[in-house]
Amino acid sequence: MSRAALLLLADGRFPAGGHAHSGGVEAAVAHGAVHDTDSLEAFCRGRLHTTGLTTAALAAAAAGGHDPLLLDDAADARTPAPALRAAARRLGRQMLRAARAAFPSAELERLAAARPQGAHQPIVLGLAARAAGLAPVDAAHAVAYENIGGPATAAVRLLSLDPLDASRLLARLGPETDAVAAAASGAAARAMAEGIDVLPSASSPLLDIAAEQHAAWSVRLFAS
Amino acid sequence: MSPSSPPVSARATSGLDLPPAGAPEPPGHPDGVHATARIRAAHNGRVTTLPQLHSDGPFHVRRMRTSGNTAMVGIIGAMSAPLGGDRLTLDITAEDRAELEVTTAAATLALRGPTTEAATYDVRLTVGEHARLRWLPQPLISAAGSNLRQTYTVELAATARLMLREEQLLGRADEEPGHLVSRILVHRAGRPLLDQHTAYGAPEPGWNGPAVLNGHRAVGQLLLVGPRLDIRRDPVLLGTGTKDGCAVLAPLADGPALLATAIAPNASTLRELLDKAHAHALNR
Repeated sequence: MSRAALLLLADGRFPAGGHAHSGGVEAAVAHGAVHDTDSLEAFCRGRLHTTGLTTAALAAAAAGGHDPLLLDDAADARTPAPALRAAARRLGRQMLRAARAAFPSAELERLAAARPQGAHQPIVLGLAARAAGLAPVDAAHAVAYENIGGPATAAVRLLSLDPLDASRLLARLGPETDAVAAAASGAAARAMAEGIDVLPSASSPLLDIAAEQHAAWSVRLFAS
Repeated sequence: MSPSSPPVSARATSGLDLPPAGAPEPPGHPDGVHATARIRAAHNGRVTTLPQLHSDGPFHVRRMRTSGNTAMVGIIGAMSAPLGGDRLTLDITAEDRAELEVTTAAATLALRGPTTEAATYDVRLTVGEHARLRWLPQPLISAAGSNLRQTYTVELAATARLMLREEQLLGRADEEPGHLVSRILVHRAGRPLLDQHTAYGAPEPGWNGPAVLNGHRAVGQLLLVGPRLDIRRDPVLLGTGTKDGCAVLAPLADGPALLATAIAPNASTLRELLDKAHAHALNR
């Protein structure tokens, strides 16, 4: 495995479009639910243990060789909000373009052919990790971290928070991020033997509702 | 880690605590109630009949008046349940062309019971071709100190119609909720339609924060599935902001299905939101 490949996949500068999405924090800021570092940390923790766990496990399963099209269906079933399905596919399409350039593989080509509108982003990331020779737990780490890193970065811009505070909270959530990545890759390993339904489907009602409210705004800074 | 941050416990990943489908049942507490009630509706070529109505444990199952071609069944709580350590199952089937509506007479109150061990409450809904099932229970209340794992396992034929309403109230008036972990897994024609897992109450990390409930204590869903549903629509938003309760009604990916998700400060607002969502779904 190449540790540098993992750093590249998780790098905010990897041209996969993640910077345009706030992970729901823009809506939470507008509603006043996130207004300072503490409420941002609570937001990130809730997101990490819900959609973070679910998407990290999808990525780990893809990295472990599970059928990516079945995983894409599983991601749809775990994403009842149409705005979040659309965002996940748009991000997946962008990541697929970057991943095919960085880590060309027959599996990525097959996924691109089967899902021209884009597959769910964590599945693309998992396949890219697989092409780069990374382990499922590596893919889970990249996705779990992105689940909190994205909102934290967006909140710094939306609330003019001190970036040092944001970095401190991401570091504080480090052990929980590790635990979520480990749980996600454990579930992905079990899914190989027991089927796709054992993958976690942890969800949050507020993230789903707020995502649709946000998508209906006429002016917004972030795409989701 | 700062001293003030909560410890990372094994619970942090309780999303994985539920046993995989088909795994052997955990034994439960020796004092716990083990009960499986069954309701089966069939169509005899003319009307819907109820060839099986099996009461068990806390579930007293009663036939009620028939409405048109729909058989109505009420479930009456015959004892306090679920309590910690209980193993409860409701198995409800509407066979091909049958039309069945099942309600509960009162809210289901999860209480602590003799042990802090989790109770399990499994609801299995099976709907055949051209059959219709409406599952409209009263709310589930997670009382302080309770610990409940609820699972919905729903199998729908391709032409099946379903209306499923689920309301959860976290705590009775002015008390902290218990620990409530729920999963709903819906397959339609063998394909996954909806798979969601929620976990509320201590020690779940982040459950009450701005990404999950943000202080709300009532949360619910209304799932509608049926070949005749109008699903080519934009999502319907109900409520403004999130403070006073809000909901969204939107099509699922592998339809024909609409899901309303609502959160609210209390039970009555929650029901209003879900009723409004239902009216929108039927284009009323």
